[in-house]
Amino acid sequence: MSNIPSELKYATSHEWVRNEGDGTVTVGITEHAQDLLGDMVFVELPDVGDEVSTGDDICVAESVKAASDIYAPVSGKVVAVNEDLEDSPELLNSDAFGDGWLFKVKMDDAGELENLLDAQGYKDSIDE
Amino acid sequence: MTNKTVLHAKHLASGAKMVDFHGWEMPINYGSQIEEHHAVRQNAGMFDVSHMTIVDVQGKDAKAFLRRLVINDVAKLTVAGKALYTGMLNEAGGVIDDLIIYYFSETNYRLVVNSATREKDLAWMNKQSTGFDITITERPEFGMIAVQGPQAKAKVANLLTPAQIVAVEGMKPFFGVQVGDLFIATTGYTGEEGYEIIVPDNAAEDFWQKLLDVGVAPCGLGARDTLRLEAGMNLYGLDMDETVSPLAANMAWTISWEPTDRNFIGREVLTTQKTAGDQLKLVGLVLTEKGVLRTGQKVISEFGEGTITSGTFSPTLGHSVALARVPRSVKVGDTVDVEMRKKLVKVQVTKPSFVRNGAQVF
Repeated sequence: MSNIPSELKYATSHEWVRNEGDGTVTVGITEHAQDLLGDMVFVELPDVGDEVSTGDDICVAESVKAASDIYAPVSGKVVAVNEDLEDSPELLNSDAFGDGWLFKVKMDDAGELENLLDAQGYKDSIDE
Repeated sequence: MTNKTVLHAKHLASGAKMVDFHGWEMPINYGSQIEEHHAVRQNAGMFDVSHMTIVDVQGKDAKAFLRRLVINDVAKLTVAGKALYTGMLNEAGGVIDDLIIYYFSETNYRLVVNSATREKDLAWMNKQSTGFDITITERPEFGMIAVQGPQAKAKVANLLTPAQIVAVEGMKPFFGVQVGDLFIATTGYTGEEGYEIIVPDNAAEDFWQKLLDVGVAPCGLGARDTLRLEAGMNLYGLDMDETVSPLAANMAWTISWEPTDRNFIGREVLTTQKTAGDQLKLVGLVLTEKGVLRTGQKVISEFGEGTITSGTFSPTLGHSVALARVPRSVKVGDTVDVEMRKKLVKVQVTKPSFVRNGAQVF
């Protein structure tokens, strides 16, 4: 079973969300998701400054196997993207919860985090 | 029911991720399909291809039967062990399967056909055998291991007996030889040098382990697909099937038109198609910017539309390549559009071959 850190929040569409405590969150895809997708070859990131709404497809992770949309788990403004992924998309495979992070969003409403799953909830969602 | 090859336990022991492949539980990768791909291009990798179907065709009329059954002419095979690649057509000129035929004598041939098409292939062969004095015998009691890459032959040599080493020394491409337990052939599906080795079931695990021990990397179906696509080799079911003429699948080179009185199945239809020049053709597509060409995407050219039959990311080239069926007037060197994820991207048309022996060839 893949690793599901308990300190993170999750979307059923396999994004993880880390609350940085300063009104921003860091977003990536889970180890389970990268395992399903296989070797990553391209990542299309959003632009810093983009205004995004929860559920928007704002990023594409393309593996040898398939292209997969990644959705904004919260509404807000993109304040950083992981440019290392341009040259090293494999970071999504090797370190999904760390160096393979995708982007950071300054949240419009921190209350939105309550709508996301906790680790157990996410685990249940992928066991189904 | 899911079939397992004789090497199933070895795959699990190497940490393989297993998937269902047309009823066979096969390794898709052992961690990273890209690393496995590079192992074959740069060093040596091996694939369990035991799921493939081996069929021996023997008897007085074996040669006459095969000259009727397939579009290439087995009469060209005169040296024991020589093989050829070809297609088996239905009466409408569609490809039932592609296959390799090894010649041992005019009364003894070995065919290797796809596993996904096993039942219909055997049914078709048996149906066509009426009136021919032959036996058609499936040989499920063997495993098959493809060892491929620039170091493949040198590594395999460590496992061979002196007699086997002598037998394979200097063996040209597309030959096979039975020495002792092993049938060793200079064939493959990667565009690299190497062997495909048929080994008795009871010796397969040991052979696989010895290959692991000499540093041959186990490779799954994922790498097998990116390697064959870089090499521009067709995959049955994607690049051609029963609705597709070999003329539209880059298989014209596997048709023997001479002698003109050889009445192979599908000849009449192919002759009409050839004269009309109305078939689509299979070309290569190259996308050097971001994104991956995928099966089923639409190709738009000034001469009309086409379809990508197989597309992937090429680990060797670092960008995407594809095989596509397009109108015959589209030329190598043209730029065409591909509809990818709601937008059009420009791609270059090439010959349907991208990498051979580790290097770009278009």
